[in-house]
Amino acid sequence: MALGLNSLKKSIWVYHVACSPCNGCDIEILDLLTPRFDVERFGIVLVGSVRHADALLVTGCVNRQIKPRLQEVYLQAAKPCVVFAIGSCAVGGNFFRRSYNMAGPVDRAIKEVDPNAIIVYVPGCPAKPEAMISSVVKAIGFLDNLKKVKV
Amino acid sequence: MKETIIPIGPFHPLLEEPELFTLKVDGETVVDVDVRIGWNHRGIEKLSQGLTWDQVPFLIERICGICSTSHPYACVLAMEDILDIKVPPRAQYIRPVVGELERIHSHLLWLGLAGHFIGYNTVFMWAWKYRELTLDSLEKLTGNRNHYAMFKAGGVRRDFSQEAMDFTMNAMNETEKALNMFLGVVSDDPVLHKRLKGVGVLTYKDAIEYSAIGPTSRPSGVDHDVRRDDPVDAYGPSFDKGVWKPIVLEDGDVFAKAACRILEMFESVKIIRWCIENIPDGEIDAGVKEIPAGEGCGHYEAPRGEVFHYMRSDGSNYPVRHKVRAPTYNNLPTFKATCPGAHIADVALITASIDPCYCCTERVGVVDNLGTKHILTEDDLTKLSVERTLDVRKKLGKITWNPYAKLL
Repeated sequence: MALGLNSLKKSIWVYHVACSPCNGCDIEILDLLTPRFDVERFGIVLVGSVRHADALLVTGCVNRQIKPRLQEVYLQAAKPCVVFAIGSCAVGGNFFRRSYNMAGPVDRAIKEVDPNAIIVYVPGCPAKPEAMISSVVKAIGFLDNLKKVKV
Repeated sequence: MKETIIPIGPFHPLLEEPELFTLKVDGETVVDVDVRIGWNHRGIEKLSQGLTWDQVPFLIERICGICSTSHPYACVLAMEDILDIKVPPRAQYIRPVVGELERIHSHLLWLGLAGHFIGYNTVFMWAWKYRELTLDSLEKLTGNRNHYAMFKAGGVRRDFSQEAMDFTMNAMNETEKALNMFLGVVSDDPVLHKRLKGVGVLTYKDAIEYSAIGPTSRPSGVDHDVRRDDPVDAYGPSFDKGVWKPIVLEDGDVFAKAACRILEMFESVKIIRWCIENIPDGEIDAGVKEIPAGEGCGHYEAPRGEVFHYMRSDGSNYPVRHKVRAPTYNNLPTFKATCPGAHIADVALITASIDPCYCCTERVGVVDNLGTKHILTEDDLTKLSVERTLDVRKKLGKITWNPYAKLL
């Protein structure tokens, strides 16, 4: 596990999972890749397949139709993998927490299939690109601490 | 030859949002296309009925992060239709500035994604680089990059500072230079001509038959723009003074759609400049305290076409009915006209050419715990709609609102 977590800290490849979002956070994620923020210089690349990904960027409140698909996508990802719940919707439901079609926030859906999942919360509506970069830095620090405990 | 079915989605590298396309193909050629939605349904209309009139615009702008001005704009116009009031002059000039800045950022976003879809990532990077200027202006003017929270019934929530307006004027000069570059790229580049011309043609007849609206129909020759046809706020005076004009083109292919969007951005720049130069001083809010019983509708030309909101009040704190119709709802079925006969490689581009926004579109969801598969036919939907209308009538009395009353 320690070796796996160590490898996660270098060049994180991310996969974007949109779970009934409003597009606000999704376009901010794409913004990260374009010249203003350009996270590719840190080795963070958006990949096309979940099987290549080290981290899942999940946006949106999870509705009933998407929930089983999100769980399936998480199970398909190579472990260890970090889940970034991006935006207020993914963190806690935002306006939609009382909606009839809402199946609970992202962490609940993920923890149903994997209770030990590492989940990073990035609040904001939409989460600013700076907040996303900061969250990645914090996640790397967290993985460092986790490794020390394991060893 | 036997037909093959190719599913694309719900999670696919080319798709921003989750949706499922089913392509029926014969070799390389697409025979039929079907789209399944429902991965984005959040129950906004129902949630809106549980919020106060002042809270509703905050929810409504979260229908879509890209059209987060158009929806509240149409929504407050519906509220003002019930109130029958006029917005203070300064607010009338503030609203179009936010609306047009949003149009520029949405069209640049589309241009970048279209470039990405045809493997032309230089355009993707350029478009999103110059889009940041618009987002910076929006951040200075309203306080946020998306979801501006500017709209309320009877005015706007925030005033523009002189500093922010000067910043926006400078940003518009820069944006115009970038737009000239994009116009040059699209009109000169032989690669784009080969890739976009004659692809996914939507004829004038099909555009009318499928009720396509906005930048999907205007490149096909349909002369329809809500900003001109039913002017609100500063759109009326600026059009009368000849500041801007709707862009109508002939060809209807993806190339014409790209050209239409780029030319529309020039018009948006002109509107923003005119509004900031001529902005009057004064109040920004009419001070609406309560909304009387009645019903109203509002529509606005969103970046993707006409967005329509219907609201009904019984005099209480909450709306009793809120109906939303987003432009993609009309534009989606044009796939049936444009996709058959195209190559598989072109389908991603053709579906992107209407600038689809599924978050906006999904208003109906069938919720069922049993997991049975539901397919609602046209008759079922008509029956549901009639039942719903009768139900509302029974509770609230017969509908007295006449959309043509103001014209007579």
